[in-house]
Amino acid sequence: MDQSAVFWSRALTELTLSFHILFATLGVGVPLMILIAQYVGYKKNDAHYTLMARRWARGFTITVAVGVVTGTVIGLQLSLLWPQFMELAGQIIALPLFMETFAFFFEAIFLGIYLYTWDRFQNPKHHMLLLIPVAIGASMSAVFITIVNAFMNAPRGFDLVGGELINIQPILAMFTPAMPTKIGHVLTSSYMTVAFILAAIAAYRLLRGEDHVYHKKALSLMMKLGIIFSLATALVGDFSAKYLAEYQPEKLAAAEWHFETEAGADLIFFGVLDGEEVKYEIRIPKVLSFLASNDFNAEVTGLNEFSEDEQPPLITHYFFDVMVSIGVLMIFVSFAFVFGKWRNWQWIHSRPFRWFIVLSGPLSLVAIEAGWWLAELGRQPWILYGIMRTADGATTATGVEWLFIAFAIVYFILAIGSIVVLRRMFKHNPVEKELAMREGGGV
Amino acid sequence: MFLEVLGITVLWIFLLGYVIVASIDFGAGFFNAYSLVTNKNHILSGIIKRYLSPVWEITNVFFVFFFVGIVGFFPQTAYYYGTVLLVPASIALILLTLRGSYYAFESYSGVTGHKGYALMYGLAGLFIPASLSVVLTISEGGFVQLTEVGPQLDYNALFTSPLTWAIVVLSITAVLYISAVFLTWYAHYAGDNKAGMLMRKYALVTSLPLIVSAIGIIVEMRRTGNWHYANMVDLSWLFIVSGILFLATTALLWLKDKYGFAVLLMILQFATAFFAYGISHYPYLLYPYLTVHDSFTTTSMAIAIVIAFIAGLCLLIPSMYLVLKLFIFNKSYASGDEETHV
Ligand code: HDD
Ligand code: HEM
Ligand code: HEM
Repeated sequence: MDQSAVFWSRALTELTLSFHILFATLGVGVPLMILIAQYVGYKKNDAHYTLMARRWARGFTITVAVGVVTGTVIGLQLSLLWPQFMELAGQIIALPLFMETFAFFFEAIFLGIYLYTWDRFQNPKHHMLLLIPVAIGASMSAVFITIVNAFMNAPRGFDLVGGELINIQPILAMFTPAMPTKIGHVLTSSYMTVAFILAAIAAYRLLRGEDHVYHKKALSLMMKLGIIFSLATALVGDFSAKYLAEYQPEKLAAAEWHFETEAGADLIFFGVLDGEEVKYEIRIPKVLSFLASNDFNAEVTGLNEFSEDEQPPLITHYFFDVMVSIGVLMIFVSFAFVFGKWRNWQWIHSRPFRWFIVLSGPLSLVAIEAGWWLAELGRQPWILYGIMRTADGATTATGVEWLFIAFAIVYFILAIGSIVVLRRMFKHNPVEKELAMREGGGV
Repeated sequence: MFLEVLGITVLWIFLLGYVIVASIDFGAGFFNAYSLVTNKNHILSGIIKRYLSPVWEITNVFFVFFFVGIVGFFPQTAYYYGTVLLVPASIALILLTLRGSYYAFESYSGVTGHKGYALMYGLAGLFIPASLSVVLTISEGGFVQLTEVGPQLDYNALFTSPLTWAIVVLSITAVLYISAVFLTWYAHYAGDNKAGMLMRKYALVTSLPLIVSAIGIIVEMRRTGNWHYANMVDLSWLFIVSGILFLATTALLWLKDKYGFAVLLMILQFATAFFAYGISHYPYLLYPYLTVHDSFTTTSMAIAIVIAFIAGLCLLIPSMYLVLKLFIFNKSYASGDEETHV
């Protein structure tokens, strides 16, 4: 086995997926938010919300393009970098991958129509309805790809007899134990992330002195949605941990630095590791047991139950903690804002708090990355849990390191390009100007 | 037997779809760049933009559909082609990525870029089909060795083979020709006769190298006594039909008549040639290692995919119809009378 090819295949997969997931998350969440804004605008007959939908849709054209091209890259790269894995997995899990392309088709078609038919319908409601297939298509692509990922974590729907795959049942392979929590968590975390990013943009404009009600309305709407989706994310995250405790206990144990099996296990927050000794941590008594099985005194399997070469890397602990901390923080931020607005607290309009909201957008993206790194690194050394090791799935071709460099440059260009273009797009066309322009003719 | 033929037929149809719609896109980018150099840009850019903007994402999905579908129906292709195509496919991917995102950055932002970028964009559109077309050469056999670490591509043999270069030239000229014929019609349909006449000229100019390179490939295959050639001879009637359709298309263009019908004939010409090529390639996916039969997935998976496919088509066909109605067969949109971009 060529270790350098394995190393670089992993590195390139990590790079592409970590980049794609940022745009994919926006792709899942933004259509829903546009739909909500346009609906509110339609119901309240308030041009501000309709304009929100319109401006977000304009920005979305850029992020969706990067999502599409990087998604195409990862889709083909799976076969290029992991040919053995795709040969094996293709026999069992090709169905949801195939269905995903229909979700893409569906989304792409209606997005094209939506973007190019503003003001073309007699009844604005019909134009709004076009967003429903876009939002469904985007969320369904996330559902299908997450089903594939769930399968990698909990393979089902076939029998392995003497190295031969028999009894393949494509439908069963889609409904793995990992699937419900994974889909739930991926969807809710995407919606939550987009709500906070859009809130962050509104807060930023307010901080820059654009004291327009448009931004206040956007901020308030997104913060309300932020509460809902951040609570849902945390709830489903808790279910995910319970799934892990039952089906992939070593992933949870590694993420919690939980070495010995014990009842009433403590939840460990941050800290550093000295051998198997945890130092400087924040310890919450018995909460790990609760997280794992809803019972403060339940037994939680420790990492030492697993042989050395099946233990996931211990660094996942920090990914887990970062994700959970951000999740909890976001619940507080959105709750403080909405509650404070209701009680007329003035400090929620203060500059420091607004800066805090600005931070919440990027932080949510950090949580997305941390969550995926936890999930994917925590599955190691397996590419297909219990069936195929990552090292056995990689390509045997040479020269992957050069491709890594080439793709790294490409993503760098895409990142800079999208930031520059998005900034220019909105700088030349501030809200006030656009509102004045559309006055009279409606939005 | 039935299922694997059905599977490869569906994939082949979608690949044909991709070849047509992507060619229009790639060729349009090139003509746009070319007209920049020759200062005729004002004539073409409007019509090209109005066609491309709402559909470029859909074009991309055709490609995704093909490579996801082939791994679904024929998982072993992931192993063979995945290993040997690492470099050529990655090059194509990088170009596709840069080209696709640049297009979106420029056309949706309302910020027009630099002339140099537009030229790069146009050229990238020719390099992508060129780099993808080597798959066709590789599938003919003789360029892949099975070693103990896995299949390996012999780049030396590949790049010194005249067949490789003939196929590359064909892919590029086909892109330009398909695009020019389509845009000739679209421009006339939109009432933009100036752009239409320019595209007509381009179509006629590219038709010659197209037919020369197509014949060149056949001659080269005959010379090397390729296994595929013998099968192609058996199907020669289909190639002849394709040739007649080609002549009919160019005749219509020459006579400045019935451009819409010319597009239809052009599509039929490529469909017949594409299928004649594909059928004569049967049963090999990669000669001599991979056939349609031994690389096929299990029956249960194949049935599941076919059912999903039929269900998918029920969603797809009405929505595609809507796109055609709104953007392609819509005079007021095509002519730019309506400004309804978000
Ligand atoms: C905004 C992002 C975000 C936030 C705030 C959270 N998560 Fe999360 N988490 C994800 C985004 C995410 C994710 C990106 O969606 C992951 C990666 C893979 C997956 O299935 O979801 C994930 C994975 C993931 C896993 C691993 C699942 C697996 O490997 O099968 C667990 C146990 C949790 N999360 C638990 C939580 C808990 C208890 C949270 C409490 C607040 C939490 N997450 C907040
Ligand atoms: C269906 C969905 C997915 C598939 C098929 C998949 C496939 C893979 C494969 C083949 C690897 C290589 C194993 C390795 O590098 O160790 C991997 C690792 C990884 N994937 Fe996933 N992945 C999926 C979803 C995601 C998503 C959405 C992300 C988001 C960022 C992601 C992030 C990663 C990361 C960070 C690694 C690196 C783990 C490591 O360091 O080894 N994955 N995944
Ligand atoms: C191994 C993992 C993945 C693969 C192979 C993959 C593949 C792809 C492909 C091929 C596209 C482009 C489709 C087109 O041409 O329109 C795409 C886009 C997209 N992907 Fe991924 N994807 C992966 C992970 C994910 C995950 C985990 C999510 C959701 C959380 C996701 C959500 C999306 C969405 C919504 C789009 C549409 C483009 C957009 O709206 O930005 N993908 N993906």
